[in-house]
Amino acid sequence: MADIFEKLGNLDRRIIFVLIALAVIIPIIFEIVFPNPVGAEPSRDLFDYVDALPAGSNVLLSFDYDPSTMPELQPMAEALVRHLFEKDLNVVGMALWPQGASLGQDAMSSMADSLGKVQFEDWCNLGYKTGGGVMIVRLGTSMSAVFPTDRDNVPWSEIPMLRGITNLESFSLIISLSAGDPGIIAWVMMAGDRFGVPIGGGCTAVSAPTLYTYLQTGQMVGLLGGLKGAADYETLVGIEGGQAVKGMAPQSVAHIVIMLFIIIGNVAYFTRKKKGGAK
Amino acid sequence: MRLIIPLAITFTAGIVMILNFFIPHQPFRFLGENLQEWYMIVASGAIFLGVMNLMHVHTRKIRLKLKNWKYSPVTIIGFLVMFVTGLIYGVTENLPFDYLFMNMVAPMGATMFSLLAFFVASAAFRAFRASNWRATLLLTSAFLVMLGQVPIGAMLWDKIPLAKVWLMSIPNVAGQRAVMIGAAMGVVSTSLRMIFGIERSWLGGAD
Repeated sequence: MADIFEKLGNLDRRIIFVLIALAVIIPIIFEIVFPNPVGAEPSRDLFDYVDALPAGSNVLLSFDYDPSTMPELQPMAEALVRHLFEKDLNVVGMALWPQGASLGQDAMSSMADSLGKVQFEDWCNLGYKTGGGVMIVRLGTSMSAVFPTDRDNVPWSEIPMLRGITNLESFSLIISLSAGDPGIIAWVMMAGDRFGVPIGGGCTAVSAPTLYTYLQTGQMVGLLGGLKGAADYETLVGIEGGQAVKGMAPQSVAHIVIMLFIIIGNVAYFTRKKKGGAK
Repeated sequence: MRLIIPLAITFTAGIVMILNFFIPHQPFRFLGENLQEWYMIVASGAIFLGVMNLMHVHTRKIRLKLKNWKYSPVTIIGFLVMFVTGLIYGVTENLPFDYLFMNMVAPMGATMFSLLAFFVASAAFRAFRASNWRATLLLTSAFLVMLGQVPIGAMLWDKIPLAKVWLMSIPNVAGQRAVMIGAAMGVVSTSLRMIFGIERSWLGGAD
């Protein structure tokens, strides 16, 4: 028995790769869907905050990510945009990351088409600008100075929904979907703390632990952490067969497989240690 | 002069921005807003520097046939195709640039990041050992968070997601906050050292 665990301890990593691939592929092929109960999580806080906003409020949605983190953040973007549109909120999109502007456009235009929302009246995409946190501070005093035109070069003054918007204080909520820096932390420090605008966010699972500090202090109204956060939001919004909820089964199985590997590795380690071979 | 000019610019810009933060009225507001716009212009310029650097590195690699040079033409062609289609068609939806971005750049980027799962599994298998009580504590926390982060955790035991939220909200926040406060104080002290010209390493050896 001890020999078996010793051999398992030296498992070729290609076998690990194959098993992880199978753990992800099999639930996708067989379309396994696990129920996704949403407890008292920060994702529910964000949903409740958005849900309580009066119709016609302005919401700034910042797409601060790129395709590498798209599998986690794009389902969040789509679920959030859908909720914002269903609540008849005015959605202004922008990006602190160059490629986020295109991903945001995709999320907003596809949802707008299905819900009958009109560009420039119900939503618009201002696009990307460099500068990160410094740019956010400038948005706090004048938004049209930073974005004289939208992403497609339509002048600010010709976009009807932007007529009542002057600076960040014109927004009832800012939501940043963030894969790193610049992202949620810049929005919290520059827009939330400095101009008093409520901040919500969505992030990759690996960056969620850092952002929990801002939830406890009330500097953020809610947070969607990783694919689970996206699945929670899809469940709360009532999206049937959403990408994130579908992704929960492969992720569940993959987590179990990783945990089994850790257990096997530890058993092998202690077996070797008992024999006096492990350091 | 190579030393005095950058130090003077740094001192002036730093002091103006500090005054603008504490006294958001004229003339500091005007100066602060202008410096913020200058920052955005300079940062935009950095993108062009990045492009020039990319082309220089890869053309040099091809010219000297350095290691893995065969990938460099792919990089250059990919860059030029996106650059030219962007210039001609803009970034408007359903036009060639957007089509290439959504159907090539986005899936390839997502694929690269997804490879991380394989390396995380392999690294966890080889390195995650309960070798002492601290490592065991970390391992237990990791297991609870991994299970709490997926629906299967709640299916096994409905208290697992609650344990995850507690771990993330209490012990995690305590540790994160300590690190963040320490880092923030470091940023403040380094910024002041740079503004007053005590810290000069950023000059790249000009001192």
